[in-house]
Parts: sequence; C-alpha cells; structure tokens
Amino acid sequence: MVAPLAPVPTERDLRLDLFRGLALWLIFLDHIPSNAVSWITIRNYGFSDATEIFVFISGYTAAFVYGRAMQAHGFVVAAARVLKRAWQIYVAHVFLFAIYLAEISYVSQSFENPLYTEEMGVLDFMKNPDVTIMQALLLKFKPVNMDVLPLYIVLLLWFAPMLWLLLRSPSLALVTSAMIYSFMWAFDWNFPAYPNGSWAFNPFAWQLLFIFGAWCALGGAQRLQRWMNSPVIIGLAFAYLGFAFFITMTWYFPRLGAYVPRVVNDVIYPIDKTNLDVLRILHFVALAVITVYFVPSHWPALKSRVFWPAIVCGQHSLGIFCLGVFLSFAGHFVFTEVSNRVVTQVLVSALGIVVMVAAAALISWYRVIERQGTGPRPPAPKQGYAGGDA
Amino acid sequence: MTRRLPVLLVMTMLAGPALAFEHPAECQVAAQQVENIFALPHAGKAIEAKHLQILVLGAGSSLLPGGVGEAYPARLQRVLAEKLPGVDVKLATDVKPKRTAVEMVKGLPTSLAAVKPQLVIWQTGTADAIQSIDPDQFSQALDKGINTARSAGADVVFINQQYSPRTESMIALSTYSDTMRWVAVQQEVPLFDRFSVMKLWADLGTFDLYSATKKLDIAERVHDCIGRLLADLILGANKPNEPNAAGSR
Repeated sequence: MVAPLAPVPTERDLRLDLFRGLALWLIFLDHIPSNAVSWITIRNYGFSDATEIFVFISGYTAAFVYGRAMQAHGFVVAAARVLKRAWQIYVAHVFLFAIYLAEISYVSQSFENPLYTEEMGVLDFMKNPDVTIMQALLLKFKPVNMDVLPLYIVLLLWFAPMLWLLLRSPSLALVTSAMIYSFMWAFDWNFPAYPNGSWAFNPFAWQLLFIFGAWCALGGAQRLQRWMNSPVIIGLAFAYLGFAFFITMTWYFPRLGAYVPRVVNDVIYPIDKTNLDVLRILHFVALAVITVYFVPSHWPALKSRVFWPAIVCGQHSLGIFCLGVFLSFAGHFVFTEVSNRVVTQVLVSALGIVVMVAAAALISWYRVIERQGTGPRPPAPKQGYAGGDA
Repeated sequence: MTRRLPVLLVMTMLAGPALAFEHPAECQVAAQQVENIFALPHAGKAIEAKHLQILVLGAGSSLLPGGVGEAYPARLQRVLAEKLPGVDVKLATDVKPKRTAVEMVKGLPTSLAAVKPQLVIWQTGTADAIQSIDPDQFSQALDKGINTARSAGADVVFINQQYSPRTESMIALSTYSDTMRWVAVQQEVPLFDRFSVMKLWADLGTFDLYSATKKLDIAERVHDCIGRLLADLILGANKPNEPNAAGSR
C-alpha cells in the first residue's frame, strides 16, 4: 500500500521566473563591489535581500520539476537528476573560482598603496595556492560573493532524500526542516570553512527557506491562500515592512536612532544573515505575501514583452547566475583599471543586465533547436516561453 | 511617530548637520557622513577639567609608513589641541598591524592602566574580516572592550573599516561593519563611519583611492581629513547644542 503522492502543479507559474530573474539582477548589482547602482536593491530598505528570493524560488521550482519527474519515473530517477544538477553546479562553481583567481591576481599584481597595507594582508592566501585551491575544491575556501553556489549544492544534496518525504507528506518534510533549523540555533551547527570560521550561508539554516519553497509548490501555497488574502495579514505585512524600512534607515542616518526604543535594539540585533535570522525570514514572507496579493498568477501582463527580459533570465537561473558572478568580476575589473565614475558604474550595471538577458535568450533558443534536432519531439510541457530549469 | 517619519526623512536627507568647524573643502564634503547621537560623558568632564587623555586602539589602518606623526591619531590630537585652547590634550597609541578585535581586547587592560585615558578611539574590524573570524566572537570582543574601557573611566568611539576599492572583491567586510554598527547602537557608542566617508570621497573624485602608488601624498591627506572629522565628532558629542550631539533636531 503506497500513499498517494502529493499533487504537483502542471503549469509553471511565470511569477516565479519573473521574481527569480529580478533576484538574479539584484544579486548581480550587489556583487559588483562599490557599485553606486546597488543602492536600488532591496537589501538597503529592509532586512532580507535577493538571496532569500533566489533560495525560496529555487526550492519551489525544484519541487515542481523534480516532483513531476518522481511522479513520472519514480524516486530513483528523480533523485539521480537532482544529483546531476548538484554536480553541474559544482562544475560551474569551480569554473567561476578559476576566473576569480585570474581577476584578483591581475588586480592585485599592480596593487600598492600606503593607505592599504593592512588590507593587502588578504593576499596572503595566494602565497600557498596548493592549499587554497584544494580547499576551494572541497568548498571550504569560498571567496567573497561566491557563497551562493556552494550553498545551492548542499541544498540539492539534501533535497534528493527530502524529495521522497516531500511528495509523501509535505508537512512532515517542512516540520523536519524546521527542526533542523531550530537544532542549528540550539547547537551552533554550521559547515567549517577555510582558513577558519564557517560558511557565510549556513546550509542548516537556509535549507528551511528552500524546503519551505518546495512545500509551497506541493500544495502549501494553496493551503495558505485563505490566510494570505486576509486584510489583517496584508496589514501586518505592510506594518512589518515599514518597521524594517525604518530600522534600516537608522543605519544610514544615526539621528533617526533616537526614535528607536532601547528594548527594540536589544531584541532585534544582531540580524544574522549567516544563520538566516527569523527577522529576515519574516521580512521575506511579508514581501512574498504582498507580492502574491498584488500580482495574481494569471495576470495577463506576465506574458507581455515588458516582463520577458526578467522572466527569461529566471528560467535559466544557473547559467544566468554564473554569468552574473562573472560579470560582477568584470565590472570590478573595469572600475579598478578603467574608470570608477558613477556614470561608468551605471553603464556597467545596465550593460551587465543586457548581457544577462541576451545570454538567457540564447539559452532558450538553443533549447528549442536541440529539441527539434533529436528525432521525434517529446511532448511539450505546458509552460510559458521555452520552459525553464529547476 | 510614523506620521512624522516622512518629514523626518526628508529633513535628514536635506539638512545634514550644520558644520561645526571649518576644514579644507576636500574633508568637508564628507562631513554629513559623520553623524552621532551619543554623548561622551567621561571625555566631556575631562575637557572641563582642562586635561584630556586619549588612547587610540587600532591595527594597520591607524598607521602610515611615514611615521607616527603622519597618521590620523597625531592629526586628531593637533586639531583637538587647536580647537580646545587651554585644554591639555594628550594622545597615546596602542596600534599594531593585523590585530583582530579579540587580540586588541586582550592587551587593553594593560594599555588602560598605563595611559589612564578618558577616551578610547577603537579602530577595528579589518583583520577580523580578512581572517573571517566568527561574527559572534567579534561581537563579544567589541562588547567586552567597551565594558573594559568604561569600567576604567573611559568613553569609546568606534572607527570602522577603510573603504578599499581594490580589495573589495577579496574582503567580505559587510558582516563585520554591520556588527560594529549594531554593537555601537546597543552600547550607545559613537561610530565614526570611516567606510562611508572614504566611499563618498572616492565617488565624488575627491581622492583617487583606486590608484596604485607608493607615494604618501593622498594617504596623508586622507588621514588628515579623518583626524579632522573625528575631532568634529568628539567635540560635537560634548556640546548638546551642536548639531552633532544628542536630541538637537
């Protein structure tokens, strides 16, 4: 006797691709060091940032894609595909690491300035490349802004067994995930990093958002529907976003801090990004509630040309994410070697997004011709545009 | 309070604190980045008593290759002595490169006993970020340092990291600068936001912080401005009617 599997939605929700695409753009903007344009990104106006959006939607789409695979071909095939995906991401990470090494070797070669003798200490790791590269392959040494892909790899490795549970009892899977999150806080669990410390994105913490995304995909969102449309919840979400906005402003305008009671400061700080602070989760949930309320899934505009650039980026998230990391290195290179004027920063940011969209369009096109090339065409799934990745 | 918020925000962004003292224009452009709402009672009393002893606790970015007199601590002392006629302003340093906050706190009691300051200027966070020290450990070290200084009768002013555009893709500062900001708010310690000040100078083209050079000229001008703006923060904190001080707006 096998319990029936949880229903997997058959139609891809374009909102997921849209917001994942936007998150990829924001991550790109945030990852270019000293980028004036990063002032527009959401991390400056509240507690959470684009990483939360990316991880949640990745969990949602992973459940959508691999859930269907499990229903069609069984758990073993689905799990094997998840692991294959994790391997692809690992290869992508190592590739980016090589580019990173090339970039900083070049930038640091000519680097000499009496102001920055202390900061130059960071280059010490290049004195023993044997250890550094080995530690990078073990995912223990992760340069700045290269934390997301290793997190994604671990999340997928964990997702393979969780998929089985998610399709049998989504809620039990969510409870398991929440328990791991609580144990992480209670026992300080994290993965070790090199040369010391631990992972900047703690997988024990961030898996909660990934599994929560998967849970929402497998019927959780429908169950929450009744609550999400209630005016009380919408009001609370707005109030919380307002609160987070005000607190964030006190970081940039200390005078505003005089209006924050001491007890509030004692409760909220530190707002832990590594361990995905509850304040950050709440901020993401508040954003999600308001977004879902104002952007219905069958909103005709989603199929319009206006949103196509972001949607197509969101549909090829791994490739576009890696490209974004590469472009952010290139952007930093331009700032250091060519010009760092604000005009250049705006140009580099805009050009980077254009390149991301063009690349995503190219990947879509390849998908189409590959499908046409391989003999009898597989039944086309009901999707927007040219389909998409997990 | 919520109804006042938009007004307040607009005021904050438009007004900027009135300028306490005249400095070279290149320093002045960043003056509005230096905001502080916390008082420095020990230092205030010491200024009234005409004798202020300062201790600078720091790492490599509190030094310049040119010698002790060239870096911002000595420049701060000169400006303070000028702005506080009749007050005996002394400054000692406990500065060694590549030290983390934990390492600095270890040596702090000895320095406090030797120098007996009423004000500790604490520059930290860079070595911690380079070595990716556990953020909790960093935060606890900050708390411990503040408490140690306070129980020895000294106020604390934090100085956060430098803005260093070339190494930005190599050092993940944000966790450590956020931690410093939060500890400063909780402990009511003024934070001299050196990062934002220097970032503004770079964005406006005041100082070219990208240049690869062995020359000291820009480094000296940067340290001079930091010393001057730091002096404004310290003096503003002890004049309740100055725009830099608590509750004036």
